Amino acid sequence: MIRVVFAEWRKLRRPTLFFGTLGAALFFTGLTNTFLYLMIDSEDGNGDRGRQIGREVLNLAGGSVYGFSSVGGLLGVIALCVFAAQTAQEYTYGTLRNLLVRQPGRVRILLGKLIAMKIFALILVVIAALVSIGISYFLSDRAKVSTELWFTSEGFQEIGKTLLNVSISVIYFGIVGMVLGLLLRSPISAISIGVLWLLIIENLIGAVKPVTLEWMPGNQLSTIAQGGSPDLSYSHALILGSSYVFVGAIVATVLFSRRDVAN
Amino acid sequence: MTSLAISVKDLSKKYDSGFAVSHANFEVPLGTICGFVGPNGAGKTTTIRMLLGLISPTGGTAEILGESISHPEKYLSSVGAMIEGPAFYPALSGEENLKVLATLGGFPIERVNELITTVGLAGRGGSKYKTYSLGMKQRLGIAAALLPNPKILILDEPTNGLDPEGIQEVRDLLKKLASSGTTVFVSSHLLSELELISEYIVMLRKGEVVFAGAMKELLLQQQPVILVKTENLADLKKIVEIAQADGHHATIRSEVAHIEGPAEWAGTLNRKAFEAGITLTQLAPQLPNLEETFFEMTGDRS
Repeated sequence: MIRVVFAEWRKLRRPTLFFGTLGAALFFTGLTNTFLYLMIDSEDGNGDRGRQIGREVLNLAGGSVYGFSSVGGLLGVIALCVFAAQTAQEYTYGTLRNLLVRQPGRVRILLGKLIAMKIFALILVVIAALVSIGISYFLSDRAKVSTELWFTSEGFQEIGKTLLNVSISVIYFGIVGMVLGLLLRSPISAISIGVLWLLIIENLIGAVKPVTLEWMPGNQLSTIAQGGSPDLSYSHALILGSSYVFVGAIVATVLFSRRDVAN
Repeated sequence: MTSLAISVKDLSKKYDSGFAVSHANFEVPLGTICGFVGPNGAGKTTTIRMLLGLISPTGGTAEILGESISHPEKYLSSVGAMIEGPAFYPALSGEENLKVLATLGGFPIERVNELITTVGLAGRGGSKYKTYSLGMKQRLGIAAALLPNPKILILDEPTNGLDPEGIQEVRDLLKKLASSGTTVFVSSHLLSELELISEYIVMLRKGEVVFAGAMKELLLQQQPVILVKTENLADLKKIVEIAQADGHHATIRSEVAHIEGPAEWAGTLNRKAFEAGITLTQLAPQLPNLEETFFEMTGDRS
């Protein structure tokens, strides 16, 4: 399986993909943190869905990564796009047949690809975390936010916890992308359906009937990144989100293992 | 140790619309070049995909190097393949594409540059695949198939898009591989090319094998033909009568008399035509070739 990981990594490390994805991740990271700190006194809110995140929250030990946890959902959407494209393009380019001739173990192919993409996603998450903390620190003075507790042992614990939560969330989003790629066998369909659902449909349904957000897969995964939200507990999001991802992954794996490769 | 590279028994693939391959039976001995021919939609690619474990048969069995196709992991490390044309990642260079496959298959990375030179892509290996011409893509596909230093090479239309020089290079390469013991199983629509290199032939029509065996055997089954043209078109009918009187089957097609018979009989025909006062403008004995035989057996001139 390690050979599959290295082979997949050769594709992922190409500069246009790596730096393009990193650029998108850093753009959203910068944007979220900038809004969070520069609009701290805005009546329209400075957080997710117009929430007001005050100095009393950002002054806490976890203040350095508040912005990073908020951007977790968007990093997840990026991961979804990358995982979906990398998986579905094997069908559209017809390269899947080459892969399977060189490595007929289909589950091994899937796991190897997944591990390589996880490594790719984790590198992005770590870089985004460092940049996010840097921007937060840089803007804290201007927003009159105290950083006294940020780099204490409790502060570092919060950074570690948030990094773990965002990583879980981003990888789960990625697996959803991979599942869509395997089921739909087209990067455009997989990405458009995934993004449409997560960014538009879920929010529309949630706006009409807020209670549904407790069960929406995208909301569970974003909530994992945030370590829980006022509307949804972390444990609920983790259990339900993990269940969605697990079931999806099993269905896609069984289909991939049994389906004829005819393109 | 089996003496067969490929052995196919009653192999079938049935879809809702019907059989793509129906009860196919054929064998390919080790170290030979075997042509795999059939009209479009005859089931060639489906058969190749079944042999490579990409699609599951609905009936029958097959073995590659003595291993069942239900366990492709046991033989695929000895098989090189290019199916339905080359398929690579457009944003990667030719060289990087081969490195992906070499890494995946556990083959030495150094082999990549060696193969790029072998297939005539030296100097272009670093260019992105999407900038390649069809012929270059085809060459890269052949290089990828050669990565494992295969005992069996399965190629689907390897000369597609190549210029005459490229076609000759591929022909020479396949001959060289066969002479070093590699079994080559190659499908192509260029029947004259296959005739030049193949010792064995498997012919498919509508999913069924209509012939499988030595090329010589196939051509011997066909009657040689003598093509005759006369100065006066009306004399063609008389030529047909002369041939039929001597027991040869003869027809007129496109102002040419086609007479089934050995080349030696052309002399007799020439003499008889002269005696009948007929001036021949063409008297051409033709040995049976794969193309004619193919059309004869598959009934497909498309």
